[in-house]
Amino acid sequence: MTEELKTPLYDLHVELGAKMVPFAGYSMPVQYPLGIKGEHLHCRDQVGLFDVSHMGQLIIRGANVASALEKLIPVDLEALKPNQQTYAVLTNESGGILDDLIICKWDEETFFLVVNAACKEQDIAHLQSHLKDFEFEILEDQALLAMQGLKAAALMQELAPQACELTFMNGCHSEIDGMPVYITRSGYTGEDGFEISVANAQAEKLARLLLSYKQVEAIGLGARDSLRLEAGLCLYGHDMNTETSPIEASLIWSISKTRRAGGEKEAGFLGSARVLNDIAEGVSRKRVGFLVEGRVPVREGAGIFDADGNQVGEVTSGGFGPSINAPVAMGYVPASLAKADTKLIARVRNKDIPITVAKTPFVPQRYFRG
Amino acid sequence: MVNMMSEMKFTKDHEWLLINGSQATVGITEFAQEQLGDVVFVELPEVGSEYDQGDEVAVIESVKAAGEIVAPLAGTVVDVNEELADNPELVNESPLQDGWFVKIQLKDGVDLSELMTEEQYKEFTAD
Repeated sequence: MTEELKTPLYDLHVELGAKMVPFAGYSMPVQYPLGIKGEHLHCRDQVGLFDVSHMGQLIIRGANVASALEKLIPVDLEALKPNQQTYAVLTNESGGILDDLIICKWDEETFFLVVNAACKEQDIAHLQSHLKDFEFEILEDQALLAMQGLKAAALMQELAPQACELTFMNGCHSEIDGMPVYITRSGYTGEDGFEISVANAQAEKLARLLLSYKQVEAIGLGARDSLRLEAGLCLYGHDMNTETSPIEASLIWSISKTRRAGGEKEAGFLGSARVLNDIAEGVSRKRVGFLVEGRVPVREGAGIFDADGNQVGEVTSGGFGPSINAPVAMGYVPASLAKADTKLIARVRNKDIPITVAKTPFVPQRYFRG
Repeated sequence: MVNMMSEMKFTKDHEWLLINGSQATVGITEFAQEQLGDVVFVELPEVGSEYDQGDEVAVIESVKAAGEIVAPLAGTVVDVNEELADNPELVNESPLQDGWFVKIQLKDGVDLSELMTEEQYKEFTAD
């Protein structure tokens, strides 16, 4: 057992009274004294500050890097504008998902990627093995803070007004209180907000500055999970994995039209045969959201059954959604049962809980699109 | 009813008992509610159900995880806290008082010697 890694904000988390837990090799705050529910509701209504420094940040540089990356990522990266980013999946040769990530085009020869903590070493090895002629800069000296919530933009107006002009999924180099930062208007809570990449050495100073505003509370992994679940967003390793195609995972929206059948840059990425076939022929199972009758949380691993008692699927993420004040879940069911309003049963402690296939997100997204 | 911790007994499962004659009111401790986090659902037993010591009597679901209340001693459930159905947060807000779970008619001859006093429980949770 190797020792857990710490982010540059570790001491601050402990000082704030966080309960620290092991997560993806790091010691991370699962909650602060406010508690998961309080943190969740605070983030939606005010501003939440998240330490996401455990995630991998890297830069890939070189001539024609976009087209090289397009062999691994089913997105039209050439079409991105400078400082525009997108959510994407990294596919494997059989069309499964190696990871999901955010990829930002800094300029024609430079891309900035943010990948999941648990996958970062494997992702980097995969990218490097396919992009031998390109320069990789792994940003181990950069921390990443997310500032999310209804009042995040008003606060950013005071810190870096330039960033408030960004629309969802765009970024800019800027400065906050003299600290050089790269700010993107993005996040994983369903709220408007920003992710701020800052030098490790300045991360605590920036976090303390943000926390000095009364509308800001530190938010742990617990509320991060319930926020993303309500927002209908996938968690890698739970809601999809190397076996899942992006079509099964209901992530077709992340695949650029130009990379689909009939597009100018059709296929040409790892596993494209399966992915395009899944689009053309349809999939046998699909990820859907579930609303749950009553108050019993239906959690990961709960079996899903049809009216005749046959198991038809499994919950891959589930819990209690503090904003909708009800349990919410997502999981996989046969395509024939994936239509909204389909009534199914989840089994919790040998009790049948009625669930209904529901459109996601469960709460309205409040991204700023201009 | 004012529950004084000094009159209560405690178990290694972080439950408290207030024994009055042959009946015991059962709840979870401050320590337990804190570990559990925000409670969103409580599943209570039916009045009249009989349990052996250690049997699962009730289920608590928090935003974080599911937990259980086990029978601290053998007996029959004679009352449940119906309030918890509508206000499960009482378990967090008032674990030693309004957030009680069940009242149990203790079986004759149950062994009380394993129960901890307040002082012993404080020592137990300090580890």
